[in-house]
Amino acid sequence: MAEQASSSLPPAGFPRGAVIPAALVVLWAALTETGLWHGPLVVSPSQVLAVPFLDASGREIWAGVGASLLRLAAGTAIGAAAGLAAGLFVGMSRRGGLALSPTLHTLRQIALFAWIPLLTSWFGNGEATKLCFVAISTFFPLFLATEQGLRTVPATLREVAGVLHLSRRRTITALLLPAALPSIGVGVQIALISAWIGTVGAEYAIGNGRGLGSYIASARDQFRMDIVIVGVAVLAAVGAGLHYLSRAAIARLTPWNSPRSSA
Amino acid sequence: MPDAIDGNGGRDHGVLAVDMRGVGKSFGASPILRGFDLAIERGSFVALLGASGSGKSTVLRILLGLEDIDSGSVLVAPNRTVVFQDARLVRNLDVSANVLIGQKRTAAARQVAVRALHEVGLSHRLHAWPHTLSGGEAQRVALARALVREPQLLLLDEPFAALDALTRIRMQQLVAELCDRHQPAVLLVTHDVDEALLLADRVVILREGALALDRPVPLGRPRNRNAPGFAALRQELLQILGVNDDVGAGPQAPAIRGAAE
Repeated sequence: MAEQASSSLPPAGFPRGAVIPAALVVLWAALTETGLWHGPLVVSPSQVLAVPFLDASGREIWAGVGASLLRLAAGTAIGAAAGLAAGLFVGMSRRGGLALSPTLHTLRQIALFAWIPLLTSWFGNGEATKLCFVAISTFFPLFLATEQGLRTVPATLREVAGVLHLSRRRTITALLLPAALPSIGVGVQIALISAWIGTVGAEYAIGNGRGLGSYIASARDQFRMDIVIVGVAVLAAVGAGLHYLSRAAIARLTPWNSPRSSA
Repeated sequence: MPDAIDGNGGRDHGVLAVDMRGVGKSFGASPILRGFDLAIERGSFVALLGASGSGKSTVLRILLGLEDIDSGSVLVAPNRTVVFQDARLVRNLDVSANVLIGQKRTAAARQVAVRALHEVGLSHRLHAWPHTLSGGEAQRVALARALVREPQLLLLDEPFAALDALTRIRMQQLVAELCDRHQPAVLLVTHDVDEALLLADRVVILREGALALDRPVPLGRPRNRNAPGFAALRQELLQILGVNDDVGAGPQAPAIRGAAE
């Protein structure tokens, strides 16, 4: 009984989460290789696999991913720094919060891609617009998470700072910031995903220059579905990778959150 | 913020750690303290008893500078620390860093922290994260954090209320020992009559915002619930608090006390 059950499971070490994608690929291969599913825009998995290595325009993907990651890093750095700073300012200073908060919370209501026509008219179709777009997509998640994290530090903990006569600087560095760190960590994760969508989205919408988004856009214009599929798959893989990396980094940075990490 | 006692005032401040006179305090329309007086000599252990909502914790928060007063005067030793009912540790700092929070991280300071944690029986938990501690352990860290500051006045706000009966007894013994050794003035806010009689040199009762009783506890040390005179004193205090002990319900139940001893 037990043997029967285990023989029907995927081999040991095969992640359970990969079962559905693998099954879909197998189904896709079966339909296309047998010719049951055919047409000018239908491609088979083997054609798609060859694209990043054998196809002249397909090989562009490596440079495209590199360019997109660089753009992501630069835009995220700018947007994250600004979001963190704004969150700290609004979260810590009552007066600052009252002055700045309504403006930022109103701007936040603007759908991300609605910025593109504005940005292109201000900065043109070049790198500045793309970077600005990535920065905006990072800014709001981090701003909100930081502000929220600081606002929800328990009053009892703030009292401890007063009772122990901690200096303002010590209160911020030893008490408020670390207490807000889990919330900021969640903000970083959301910001990274949002920034990756923003990076590829800006490249796709503006369409020029190098990058994963423009790679997909130009493949679409040439009706090259094999290249489009490669681009989309890499887009998803990089996004998932960023998510796992950021989660691991945050778990490392906040050891006091793990269930059992006693010395 | 209450004024600090500097030892040079017109009143007899040299021997006092706390001097509250005619203190009035209201929250909205409801008065909490009306003409409340309390003096605590240096090195003396005072227990403040009162029913829930009688304003005990407000007295303590006034002394900490967390509440302002509406009328009267408050003088209090500048070097004071507190242990709350919950430990209020900073969860991203380990135990020894929590003890030293806000202090310079010198080798000497670290030694002081190690010694304080040894005193409260936590030498083996120096680098533990707060969330891995039991309730009693967390309160002992809070106690160590208060003691390393060598306070002239130690404020205890029902520090054992959230602990189980057995841990509470051990903590009471520990506090008695530590206060005996370090000799701060202590104000223990509690609703537990036994606890007050076991620990304090003096018991004051707060009722309807004013002092209903201020009397010394004429029992020798170390103290024991079976000591002659303990039961009579207990009865007297309960009567002032308006509790009929014959019912014997709740945390004062004799069965629990008996098991704990």
